[in-house]
Amino acid sequence: MQSWIPFPDSASTFAGQVDALYFYLVGITIFFTTLISVALIFFVIRFRRRLPFEIPRPIAGSIKLESLWTIIPFFIAMSIFVWGATVYFSQYSPPKDALEVYVVGKQWMWKFQHVTGQREINELHVPVGRKIKLVMTTEDVIHSFFVPAFRTKMDVVPGKYTYMWFDATKPGRYHLFCAEYCGTNHSGMGGWIVVMQPAEYDNWLAGNLNQESPVAAGQRLFTETLGCASCHKEDGTGGRGPALMGLLGSTVRLEGGQTVVADEGYIRESIINPRAKLVAGFQPIMPTFQGQVSEEQLLQLLTYIKSLSPGKSSGLETTAPARSNNPQTGPATPEAAGATSLGAQRSNPVGSTPPRATGGTAGAPGQATPSQRNGNNPR
Amino acid sequence: MQTTAVESFEPVTPVGGRVNYLNARYGIKSWLLTKDHKRIALLYLGSITIFFLLGGIYALAIRLELLTPQGDLVESNTYNKLFTQHGILMIFFFLIPSIPAVLGNFLVPVMIGAKDLAFPRINLLSWYIYIIAAIFTIWALLSGGVDTGWTFYAPYSSTYSNSYVLLAGVGIFINGFSSILTGLNFIVTIHTMRAPGMTWFRLPLFIWSHYATSLIMILGTPVIAITVLLLALERVAHIGIFDPKLGGDPVLFQHMFWFYSHPAVYIMILPSMGVISELIANFSRKNIFGYSFVAFSSIAIAVFGFLVWGHHMFTSSQSIYAGMVFSFLSFAVAIPSAVKVFNWTATLFQGSISYDTPMLYALAFIGLFLIGGMTGLFLAAMGLDVHVHDTYFVVAHFHYVMVGGALMGYLGGLHYWWPKISGRMYPEGWGRFAALVIFVGFNLTFFPQFLLGYMGMPRRYHAYAEEFQVLNVMSSAGASILGTGVLIPMIYFIWSMRYGRVAPANPWMLPGLEWRTASPPPTENFVVTPVVTWEAYEFAPPEELQVIGKFEPGDRPDHPIAEV
Repeated sequence: MQSWIPFPDSASTFAGQVDALYFYLVGITIFFTTLISVALIFFVIRFRRRLPFEIPRPIAGSIKLESLWTIIPFFIAMSIFVWGATVYFSQYSPPKDALEVYVVGKQWMWKFQHVTGQREINELHVPVGRKIKLVMTTEDVIHSFFVPAFRTKMDVVPGKYTYMWFDATKPGRYHLFCAEYCGTNHSGMGGWIVVMQPAEYDNWLAGNLNQESPVAAGQRLFTETLGCASCHKEDGTGGRGPALMGLLGSTVRLEGGQTVVADEGYIRESIINPRAKLVAGFQPIMPTFQGQVSEEQLLQLLTYIKSLSPGKSSGLETTAPARSNNPQTGPATPEAAGATSLGAQRSNPVGSTPPRATGGTAGAPGQATPSQRNGNNPR
Repeated sequence: MQTTAVESFEPVTPVGGRVNYLNARYGIKSWLLTKDHKRIALLYLGSITIFFLLGGIYALAIRLELLTPQGDLVESNTYNKLFTQHGILMIFFFLIPSIPAVLGNFLVPVMIGAKDLAFPRINLLSWYIYIIAAIFTIWALLSGGVDTGWTFYAPYSSTYSNSYVLLAGVGIFINGFSSILTGLNFIVTIHTMRAPGMTWFRLPLFIWSHYATSLIMILGTPVIAITVLLLALERVAHIGIFDPKLGGDPVLFQHMFWFYSHPAVYIMILPSMGVISELIANFSRKNIFGYSFVAFSSIAIAVFGFLVWGHHMFTSSQSIYAGMVFSFLSFAVAIPSAVKVFNWTATLFQGSISYDTPMLYALAFIGLFLIGGMTGLFLAAMGLDVHVHDTYFVVAHFHYVMVGGALMGYLGGLHYWWPKISGRMYPEGWGRFAALVIFVGFNLTFFPQFLLGYMGMPRRYHAYAEEFQVLNVMSSAGASILGTGVLIPMIYFIWSMRYGRVAPANPWMLPGLEWRTASPPPTENFVVTPVVTWEAYEFAPPEELQVIGKFEPGDRPDHPIAEV
């Protein structure tokens, strides 16, 4: 892009924050480098050796000076620490109202699935001014999801879910890199994040509808392919296995008296290794599904199970009103059929943003996404 | 005790005319079975130089590949092996042993007035262990190489890589014991073998920094051995430790790896800081400003250095609160380093500063370490690290610390003590020229990488996006200058061993104990055990800087040889 200015594009709300911290540090570095260099050069010239065997007067040191150059750098360091931690916390605390996208890394490609079912490889389309939360895992080794223009990255770790989020501020195509070395074609494991105007994004979504949504796919796995429903019941009421209705975010009492909060990691573990955290009052009869479900299928199961917990799952609930109130979304998605069969308590996850004027008018009713995004673009 | 000869003022004594550690005995056996710490230091010097050259060739191949955005010079698998092997050789087989095993081995006993290290046989053993480790590593390279990156992150290294991870792992495992034994030897020697009058606060700062380094070697190195062992267990026996498919945790590997490998950075930089303290004080003929602050900052770095490993893992999915603690401690550990820089600068004030080659390296060190250290703050700032982690910013940062810091200290120290080690002077003009070339080449190589990193170029990339090319070309151009620069000292050091001006005992007119014995020293270092009556860096007129003992040509042809 701007090949002769060695500075990255800025296209997310983090860019301004990270750049400000960067320039603060650059300033401090220039100050101290200049201070020391000037002192060094001045001393080296001013006090150069004039006679071969001169012996300068020894100076023992000074507690005052030592305290000064211990305490001042300490306070500067603390200011950087606090600032850095503040930015970090905002980078790694995904907001509740973000739109979820599921990401599976694999040697050497990125696979994406939108909540509305659209699948992509090595290219992710997102709307501008909308908070996007990525739920990520990998089928093999550690990868790292890095978008320089967004100033954020997160490792993608096998065996667990990691999360990152961003709020793109400028339409365009931005590099996606794998930042954690992952083998032969590591440098080829890249792609593009395509940030689109909301209307274009809705068109794009509408043009890629003939794919099953993750909730519907998860439901099919649950009821048919894997037969989970024979014990856990499709309506979520449970049977030989624990009820899954309202599970996400609830506190589960385990065999042996301990309790655990049922987050995504817990649900994942309970599918892969059911006996690790056995729910109190149930027999250890569930077989392991390790090796029988792919990471993508696990994510689909997870979204299905999350859909049984309306009001708990972040991305799903808040996006629902956006869809139902939004005529631009186009025809009903296949997912909708699956969802409605489960009753009204299920939310309909659709990832579309109502079109917004550039000035930042309010979003659709019920839409939790703040709309002031457009005024927030740092460059 | 006192002799009449002030050797530096007299016509030089021919090296061949006097028995010293180099000519005391001849033959391959006299070297391979030596227990003389000085000869062992030379054995190390030779071996690490080979690895430095090999690692340098890998580095040049990397820079050549990165001249163009396309991966067109070598295949990606080859490229991955190049950077992995560059890292393994440079870190485990050059930088970690460099100053401690060469300069430390040679000088720790001499500078404290001892005849040898506390355990001469263990010292020799540690070199053999190093060589065995090196053989395994070379075996791995010749078999086809390793492609995991020097960080060996699991589960790539434990399950997925098809390269010779196990052999390289065995090499690193074994090499660790060499470090541990060297550290052990130094600690015992410094505690028990100081000459009469050599109190703790009369120790040269070189000794303090080696003491701190030895602490890290002993406490940290076992952890890398355990980590590599667990990795091997998982790779060979499929015992689930790190790979989640086997029930392990990949982030655990990172914790264990960095628990050693972060302190290992201090193993590389602390001895260099010790050298720089010597150079700054001696070449400005001033006692070091705030001696005890500089000494204790080494110990503080060694202790705090163990508590900051998690700053390599801010994006690894470790808890954000853990990240906060690690970030805080990382800023805390920056303070003792800053204290050193301020004290070195203040030492120059009202000094008598010479521009000899070692001093040029010391000044270069301060400038480069300043940038290396300050950019460490960028990486410790969590919000910023999320952006620059695993990019060329990190690559540039640690090269500023390891090459700009550790290598400058090593080269500066080698020049400074070369007259003592070889009995010959290096050519001063060439020395200054090479220092300049290295400084320019280094900055041209690595400064553009900071910009590349902030632009977002990830490290370990065989092919890269086109907008990164300009800076990469600059970096590669710098690498060719840097590569040429480091060859110059190698050539003139070898040349000087035969043709260099014969060095007097005290060519720099300095008070340290190492300058009060002959150049090169006799096998037992001092003919008479010295008694120290002066403070560290207490400069005296030349006539008071007398050689301890008597070294006339043929004076003691039958003097006892320690290595029987």
